[in-house]
Amino acid sequence: MSAPLVSLDHVTHAYSGEPVLDAVSLQVARGEFLGVVGPSGSGKSTLLRVLAGALAPLAGTVSRSGTSRIGYVPQVETVNWDFPVTVAEVVTMSRTTGRWLPWSSKSERAEVTKVLDRLGIGGLSGRHIRELSGGQQQRVFIARALLRQASLLLLDEPTSGVDVRTRHDVLHLLDDLHAGGLAIVLTTHDLNGIAAHLPRLVCLNKQVIADGAPHEVITPDVLERTYGARMEVISHAGMPVVFEGGAHHEDVAADLASRS
Amino acid sequence: MSTWLEPFAFEFFRNGLIVATIAGALCGLIGVYVVLRGMSYIGHGLSHSIFGGAVASSVMGINVLAGAAVWGFASALLINGVTRRRAIGGDAAIGVITTAAFAVGVALISVRRSFSRDFDALLFGNVLGVERADIVVVALVAVGAAAVVFFGYRQLLFTTFDPEVAETSGLSTARVDALFSLVLAMSIIATMRILGVTLIAATLVLPPVVARMLTNSFSRMLVLSTSIGALCGFLGMYASFQLDIASGASIVLTGAVLFVLVFSVTGAQARRRLGHAHL
Repeated sequence: MSAPLVSLDHVTHAYSGEPVLDAVSLQVARGEFLGVVGPSGSGKSTLLRVLAGALAPLAGTVSRSGTSRIGYVPQVETVNWDFPVTVAEVVTMSRTTGRWLPWSSKSERAEVTKVLDRLGIGGLSGRHIRELSGGQQQRVFIARALLRQASLLLLDEPTSGVDVRTRHDVLHLLDDLHAGGLAIVLTTHDLNGIAAHLPRLVCLNKQVIADGAPHEVITPDVLERTYGARMEVISHAGMPVVFEGGAHHEDVAADLASRS
Repeated sequence: MSTWLEPFAFEFFRNGLIVATIAGALCGLIGVYVVLRGMSYIGHGLSHSIFGGAVASSVMGINVLAGAAVWGFASALLINGVTRRRAIGGDAAIGVITTAAFAVGVALISVRRSFSRDFDALLFGNVLGVERADIVVVALVAVGAAAVVFFGYRQLLFTTFDPEVAETSGLSTARVDALFSLVLAMSIIATMRILGVTLIAATLVLPPVVARMLTNSFSRMLVLSTSIGALCGFLGMYASFQLDIASGASIVLTGAVLFVLVFSVTGAQARRRLGHAHL
């Protein structure tokens, strides 16, 4: 088995003395597709930032494979959409080494066109980022990561604040990129729409509560330990489906049956 | 000679015009980053802090330019450091550091009980006494700033637009921020005799704001803002002579008139463009 791209060993981090990650150990292998779920404040974004190298842990070790190159896609809510920047400018700004001139070389322009075409947003390079739909905006930031020839893509809540169709589009795109050999780690709050569809899932609440395939970790016990609230889980077409308090198990089952 | 061309017969006017145009272009260029990094208040505060350094240097018998440079850069780094710690807000940090430094200058002037023309020029701007050496200083700083922006274009853009991701991509945002603070401090020091510390923030802010209304592209905004800054410097200096008003005020008022004009013409169009953004 090849060495993991990134490996965390008993990583601990805190903000103003308040622990956010407590002895977290995690390995991300080449070509893996991993989701991280947990309540707000559970340390998901901090975990991504530690994986990305933007944050040094207070304790524990982070090791990265010498060949790993990480692309980080921030939450869309954190992006300044009024910033005067076009799609092409966003994608090329990450190329900070190897060229001293501000404008792109001919080969760089060809690379940008290729990446944008691959992500289905070719022809938009001159558009301002605010003029794009939610799915296109997400693709621009994925394109920026891909132009860095990332071997590991980290996405912080890639589908938050987008409609169902955009969520599907983004998921399919990530699935295609994963099929092409890219390792992906994403955080999400969406247990049914995203987490249940991923090959590997980590439930996090400052500590790793569970780590495994969705059908192994999406259980009432694990969810209660992760979220501090009891949830019910049923199986539908081989996949776990979670529903919170308020809905009755039978109602959800009937709803799923009517949809299938 | 025509009344319009009459001022060009005077060497002091020609010097003033050259230096005001270069200073305007310099402030327009640096101002893009000042505005987009949300540092407008830093520009304002830093100029006041540098004034304190200039006065202190004069009282201590040190070269005013060198003293102001050290003081300005130290203040910029201090503001950066305090802001990064996030224990107190950036605006509060700027308020404390720069007003204290300004107060030192005012206190020293009051102890000396003299208020020389030099300090008057630092406060309100005066290009009448501009000499060739001043032009050289402003031109050198402008060339240095342009070189930093040119060769560090992507690094500056990345750390301005998305500092967190820039950091994950291996860029040291702290180093880029420190370099930019140095360029900003040097730009303020070089131009404060022309524009005046009380008005310099406006020359950093007006050109990029006008440029922003005209384009959605960062590279075009840089070019436009630099050109608008140079135009305001040129027209403002000319108006200063013709109307016999302080050069700093004249340059700022020219920028303000341009802002109103561009806002009137493109404001509704720009709002419509942004309004269609989420179709």
